[in-house]
Amino acid sequence: MTMQIKTQRTLQKSFLIYFPLFIATIWTLFPLYWTLVTSLKTSGQILSKPVTFLPFPATFEHYVKAWNIGGFSRYFLNSMFVSSISMIFTVAFATMAGYAMARYRFRGKRIFLLLLLCTQFIPTAMLIIPLFMIYNKLSLINTPWSLVITYTTFHIPFNALLMSTFIKGIPYSLEEAAKVDGCSGSQAFLHVLLPVLLPGIAAIAAYSFISSWNEYLYALMFTTSSRHYTLPIGLSMMIGEYSINYGQLTAGSIIALLPAILLFMYVQKYMVSGLSAGSVKG
Amino acid sequence: MKFTTQKNCQTIERAMKNQTNRILVNKKALPYLLIAPTVFLFLWLLVYPLGNVFYLSFQNRLLSRPKLDGFIGMSNFVKLFTADPVFWEALVNSGKWVITEVLLQLVFGLLTALILKKKFRGCGIFRAVLFLPWALSGVLVSMLWSMMYFENVGVINAIFQRLGILSHPIAWTGNTNTAFWSVVIAELWRGIPFFTIMLLASLQSIPEELYEACRVDGGGVASSFRHITFPYIKDTLVLTTLLRVVWEFNSVDLILNLTGGGPIHKTTTLSVYLANTARRDGDFGYGSAIAVISFFILLIFAILYLKLSKYDQEDEGV
Repeated sequence: MTMQIKTQRTLQKSFLIYFPLFIATIWTLFPLYWTLVTSLKTSGQILSKPVTFLPFPATFEHYVKAWNIGGFSRYFLNSMFVSSISMIFTVAFATMAGYAMARYRFRGKRIFLLLLLCTQFIPTAMLIIPLFMIYNKLSLINTPWSLVITYTTFHIPFNALLMSTFIKGIPYSLEEAAKVDGCSGSQAFLHVLLPVLLPGIAAIAAYSFISSWNEYLYALMFTTSSRHYTLPIGLSMMIGEYSINYGQLTAGSIIALLPAILLFMYVQKYMVSGLSAGSVKG
Repeated sequence: MKFTTQKNCQTIERAMKNQTNRILVNKKALPYLLIAPTVFLFLWLLVYPLGNVFYLSFQNRLLSRPKLDGFIGMSNFVKLFTADPVFWEALVNSGKWVITEVLLQLVFGLLTALILKKKFRGCGIFRAVLFLPWALSGVLVSMLWSMMYFENVGVINAIFQRLGILSHPIAWTGNTNTAFWSVVIAELWRGIPFFTIMLLASLQSIPEELYEACRVDGGGVASSFRHITFPYIKDTLVLTTLLRVVWEFNSVDLILNLTGGGPIHKTTTLSVYLANTARRDGDFGYGSAIAVISFFILLIFAILYLKLSKYDQEDEGV
């Protein structure tokens, strides 16, 4: 009897959980799989009919060519530079603002909070024209700095809000104890709060890095010479070409998505728990 | 113990001592100093440009013909509303795009979140895999899907032909009948994880006891969803949907790269039209007018939506 119920439960479980998840997994992985496979095929195999689903024999020549000839080494370095620098600024400013919101009462706090929330609703496409004109006046078009400043500004609000919920989750008594022991406010922050806060900081760092790494519209607007292209622009220009080099395009894509995926794998565990901690009202 | 900490702190303090440190000690000024860089960036790169767009929308501003620059009153708006069929088409496309995307993403995202919330073997791996598209850029996603949509090398045509569904290959993103839905599906692929992540986070904050109490009272799956799950995740639902509407309304990267807004404006949304007007045509005045219209559409929508959904906003709700 109990056996029967048990098998029934397992059956039910596999139908309600594993079957939909199986479909969802295929739906999610197939496009990635197809690009990976294509990047490993020879040029002849890519175009041959009927299509093959395994790269055999596999080749890395597209990766070598995309990196050396296709310009992807430059795009990669540009992306790396822009994303890292804006990540550092975003983390610093978001932590500062988050700390101020979590630990202090001050005049204008509500307005500041409202401003942070409002920024989420500003149409990004709307600002490409005035920002272009600002950067043009300062001769920042076709430099990485226009992107660094833009990304930092746009990534602060969400990360600052997240940071302030992280900091609120850490009891103030920790810092107080350090102050009783004679530490100044900044020391209490550096030696007591910061170590506890590190996972949260890692999460927003990764989040802001991925967002900058992936950004397209501003990079398209503010860089016009291929010397300054970031990866998304480099890829996009390649898709737009008249005769597409599929091998290099797919290899370039894999190069572009690897850092984002690796970072994502690292932070995705924090993300859900961080968000559910933040969603608890209080 | 106390002594050593103090000594450590003193050495560090000496190392860090300078003018700014003394100001930082001032309790009153500290929070303002902490938010100063953020406020400065906001004023410079968000508030000022936002005002600038309104100013520009009343101007003639063409990159190719700077001699004609100048104030032209409402001309841009008059042209938009009375003499520009693409604008109206883009408006309809924007509505169609946002509604299909957000609805489908919400439904599939919620279903996935409800499944992933359960504890079962391998749920960590499934989560990591199903969240994955969230981390990819719009350009990459359009690349991945182009590789499947292409007329000659695309895998979808190959599979459909082998299954006998299609007799000849279709240019999915170039055909007026299929272009819109091809882009919708690719965007869906990227968009579902956002809802899954946000809703899963919210679902996890529901105390498990509530469900047990419901089960004891003889409530089924449907009633426990209606009376426990839904009220708990309502605020998250409202907020994520709103954020997503704004986000989809603004999203251009995928459409620009998959179809460029074509064929014959079939996939031109308002934001794509704006991006094309600004970047391809270099018409900043007209582009700004489109931006102003977009801004008001979103503003009105956001206000109505929050009013209608009775979203109880707390000062710290994220």
